[in-house]
Amino acid sequence: MDQPRRSLNLLVVVLLVLGAAVMLLPLAWMVLTSLKTQPEILQSPGPWLPASPQWANYRTVWEGFAFYRFFLNSAFVAAMVIGGTLLTCCPAAYAFAYYDVRHKELLFGALLATLMLPAQVTVIPLFNAYAALHWVNTYLPLVLPAWFGGNIFGIFLLRQFFRTIPRSFIEAARLDGASEWTILWQLVVPMSRPAVLTVLVFTFLWSWNDLFNPLIYLHNESTYTLPMGLLYFIARAEQLAGGGTGQVPWHLVMTLATVMVLPVIVLFAIVQRRFVEGAAASGVKG
Amino acid sequence: MKSRRAEQLWFWLFTGPALAGFVLFSLWPMLRSLWLSFCQYDVVSAPHFTGLRNYAYLIFSDPAFWPSIKVTLVFAAVQLPLSLAAALGVALLLNQPVRGRGFWRSVYFLPSILPQAASVAVFVYIFQSDGGLLNRVLALAGFTGPAWLGSPAWALPVVIMISLWGFGYPMVIFLGGLQNIPRELYEAAHIDGAGAWARFRHVTLPLLSPVLFFNVVMGVIGALKVFDVAYAFGAAQGLTPGGPARATLFYGLNLYQQAFTYFHMGLASAMAWLLFAVIMLITWLNFRLSRRWVHYGD
Repeated sequence: MDQPRRSLNLLVVVLLVLGAAVMLLPLAWMVLTSLKTQPEILQSPGPWLPASPQWANYRTVWEGFAFYRFFLNSAFVAAMVIGGTLLTCCPAAYAFAYYDVRHKELLFGALLATLMLPAQVTVIPLFNAYAALHWVNTYLPLVLPAWFGGNIFGIFLLRQFFRTIPRSFIEAARLDGASEWTILWQLVVPMSRPAVLTVLVFTFLWSWNDLFNPLIYLHNESTYTLPMGLLYFIARAEQLAGGGTGQVPWHLVMTLATVMVLPVIVLFAIVQRRFVEGAAASGVKG
Repeated sequence: MKSRRAEQLWFWLFTGPALAGFVLFSLWPMLRSLWLSFCQYDVVSAPHFTGLRNYAYLIFSDPAFWPSIKVTLVFAAVQLPLSLAAALGVALLLNQPVRGRGFWRSVYFLPSILPQAASVAVFVYIFQSDGGLLNRVLALAGFTGPAWLGSPAWALPVVIMISLWGFGYPMVIFLGGLQNIPRELYEAAHIDGAGAWARFRHVTLPLLSPVLFFNVVMGVIGALKVFDVAYAFGAAQGLTPGGPARATLFYGLNLYQQAFTYFHMGLASAMAWLLFAVIMLITWLNFRLSRRWVHYGD
């Protein structure tokens, strides 16, 4: 019994390692390419590894192509979206978890039902409304929904977690004279830190990775966020950096992709366990 | 709390923003979109009621409508089984008692949360016919890879291959399902002399069927809404998204172009409502059918 168990385990590990290598290969190739020179890219076949890593590529794209602008735009939008989500989703989740109000379940059900509503249905009237308000080419269309509890999935996840906090804790705080606002922010949210963090990371990813909404609302290069900035860079690459070669400077494109992907990997590394469990428990596809 | 009235007050105060958001960003646009779907609307002039004309035009005359549905269905029919097989395969591996399970799970999950614009750009580079990583690896093995990009025949298969990189969500849902299967069932089957395949076929698969069903439903809905990959795939090659030759004109991309490239907003609203109707139908079928042919282990 012990021997086959051992060899089975070895087989599992070998398969996992091989599979993981395949999964990570595109990322490794992205980083390796980002460190190559233009001649190394244009050679066919070029070298597998850069002769000497060109860290200067990062400075080139950051300063030379004003990529920092797209990065800061993305960071600003993400920060505003996270702020709004935190400030409006936590109270909503708390109220739905603890208060006893008529039609509460009905209201919550209505909110949850919007998860089924595809963005394609709402985007046209919303675009027209924003255009009438002259808000196209501003960040308001990207940020505003978050300040109105726009992350329904987040409210759902937080409510599930808040419910595991014993009611007696909250009753005790009330007896001590704490206001509901204080109880929420000084008791419930700190006790639910992992869940809140998970929701905020989900929120960050949606904002940071979003291509659909910026494409619709941002038409001015200086307002672009990273996903649009990257595609814009590729489209204009020949003019911007080809140097008459007529070739896309893939080493710089991969540099941009790395800059864009890196914050996601770092955040994921910090919260990965909780995050993956949150994704599994909800079964909601991003 | 002091009184029921105070509780009411706090409730509305706390849920107020979210409920206002529900009306402003979901309910109102939803109803408005339904109305627009019965109108001719080009943004410049006011919407003009035309009854079912948009729907009739889409079904009988629009040159892009059925091709975009075909692209979407072919994608769903090929990509979904492959990605679910990969997800289940990795989940079965991760369900074994190996060391560092959490680490492996994260590695396999990671590609699913990367920005699609970036991952598509990486893959467009990998799929370059001359000097692309894939064709170089194929050449090492003695094969000559085709010109993957710019070919209408290869475009959709390439998009499918790119999309296979991310199967993290169905994977963790499978894994959750596997971990809910009681160990005793496997032990009992083992004592009864069932081999590995028999255990998988008669214990794992039936007990996993609700999870499998859920993943299929979510996968179909996801396929109907594909946008980012398709758009980025065109844009990263300097093509009009959907190209070459409409080979990657997914339904969601077609809808976007109708609305925001051609400003056929009434027509696009009709497309959006057809999509929404199909999603509601699938969700309803999910509730109905899952009761009948999914084994919930009672």
